[in-house]
Amino acid sequence: MTELNFEKHFQDKVDAEIKIEPKDWMPDAYRKTLIRQISQHAHSEVVGMLPEGNWISRAPSLRRKLILLAKIQDEAGHGLYLYSAAETLGISREELVEQLLSGKAKYSSIFNYPTLTWADIGAIGWLVDGAAIMNQVMLTRASYGPYARAMVRICKEESFHQRQGYEIMLTLAKGSAAQQHMAQDALNRWWWPSLMMFGPKDDDSAHSQQSMKWKIKRKSNDELRQQFVDVTVQQAEVLGLAIPDPDLKWNEERGHYDFGEINWDEFWNVVKGNGPCNKQRLDARIKAHEDGAWVREAAMAYAEKKEQRKLMESAKAEAA
Amino acid sequence: MLYNYLLQLGDNALILGHRLGEWCGHAPELEIDMALTNIALDLTGQARSLYQHAAEIEGKGRTEDDIAYLRDAWEFKNVLLAEQPNGDFAHTIARQFFYDTFNFFLHRELVGSRDEWLAGFAAKSLKEITYHLRFSSEWVLRLGDGTDTSHEKMQAAVEELWMYTGELKIPSKTDQEMAANGVGPDLNLLKASFDEKVADVLQKANLQMPSTTWMQGGGKDGVHSEHLGFILADMQYLQRAYPGQEW
Repeated sequence: MTELNFEKHFQDKVDAEIKIEPKDWMPDAYRKTLIRQISQHAHSEVVGMLPEGNWISRAPSLRRKLILLAKIQDEAGHGLYLYSAAETLGISREELVEQLLSGKAKYSSIFNYPTLTWADIGAIGWLVDGAAIMNQVMLTRASYGPYARAMVRICKEESFHQRQGYEIMLTLAKGSAAQQHMAQDALNRWWWPSLMMFGPKDDDSAHSQQSMKWKIKRKSNDELRQQFVDVTVQQAEVLGLAIPDPDLKWNEERGHYDFGEINWDEFWNVVKGNGPCNKQRLDARIKAHEDGAWVREAAMAYAEKKEQRKLMESAKAEAA
Repeated sequence: MLYNYLLQLGDNALILGHRLGEWCGHAPELEIDMALTNIALDLTGQARSLYQHAAEIEGKGRTEDDIAYLRDAWEFKNVLLAEQPNGDFAHTIARQFFYDTFNFFLHRELVGSRDEWLAGFAAKSLKEITYHLRFSSEWVLRLGDGTDTSHEKMQAAVEELWMYTGELKIPSKTDQEMAANGVGPDLNLLKASFDEKVADVLQKANLQMPSTTWMQGGGKDGVHSEHLGFILADMQYLQRAYPGQEW
């Protein structure tokens, strides 16, 4: 087959909803897009552990502490599945981590915002995980098999994450004046960055169209963002909290909520590294990696020694 | 007295679990991060069961959270070992290995406790603790017998933390009373098993038995190191700043 035929055969499979598997032929650009997207997703899980980890030691009850620990542990697990899914495309975890630490690879900008009060842990579960689920449910149908399957596992756990976040918000919203203040303040700070999580507007999104043709994505950034707003506005009403957007209004004709203009300058600024915690997040990952180098080296050296000893012993046994 | 005993067990689990939680997101690799968090989850879960039962038998309407969040340092009965800082990974592993070894033998005895609840609790926890001990002893071997650097760090950590192991095996008043009633074991009898296991693992890991003989103590009687105050300031902050709220 010529290159052109390969490409047609590939697109036919995608169109027929047949999953692409690691050993199948795929266009180079498809492979590159997937590596970029899956690794970005993996890095987001791992960096995302930091803002929540900030509150483990201060979780206000034993039950909350256990839930928070379990949730962050899930995120480490998600990072692992996703690194494995990326590795099926012919790149190693070490290379991917290197790209994160050197600043070459991106992760979700939302994690560059600080967690200032306990309510932020609620807001992250409710809004950030809520937004992530919109995207991830779509990705369970992605054309690349290992990615889609990783997403199925991840989605199951994410819905628990979102519920626990909403439950924290509900408890605070029903609580004392100070607790209500924390809840509203967290919503004020996390609302717009959560809307930004869906990425640039469709017209400005560099990769969107091609990704839709390859069925990596099935809904556009703006469609997913609208879906998120529609669901979340109603949840905020139940909480009795006010969404910080004066332009938010139900549009009877469209059957959706209209909402105000996102501050895209802020979005690009955080992407470029100028968010409130970009430096701290990356520094924390670099420190963990560097401080841990001798541990990883020791584990390797020990495994090699063990292997050597086994070989020696079986050689001795043979000689005897 | 059983109440105090449950608190003594629970405080160890709570405080060590708290320390392990500090690693979350910062461990040498993701697999280790997950394993440390797992142990933190087990220990915090154990503390929760123990406090719930303690509150129940006390019968004054207190909750598990009152016990964890509303006592001050002198009321905490955990051993000093549990509150020692994480240090580098070798320190965390040494602390964990000493604690797990003791905890394993303790719970193996508690399974036969005359107190039915405690026996059931110990049987369930022993499964978790067996895994903890496997994890920490395997890492003692990897670090002790890994590279020169890891060997040095592991040896230094064992030396530094050894002085906190004496307290594990010296019975407090509560321990003595529990032993007399058949609720808990005689700690003097656990000493040999503890020493033997530690010597065995250290020897396999090419590590020297620590040379320090002086042992620190006081935790079980509520006299702690300077670290506990900071742990509690952190842990109890919200409950103290906003008393009586639901979270």
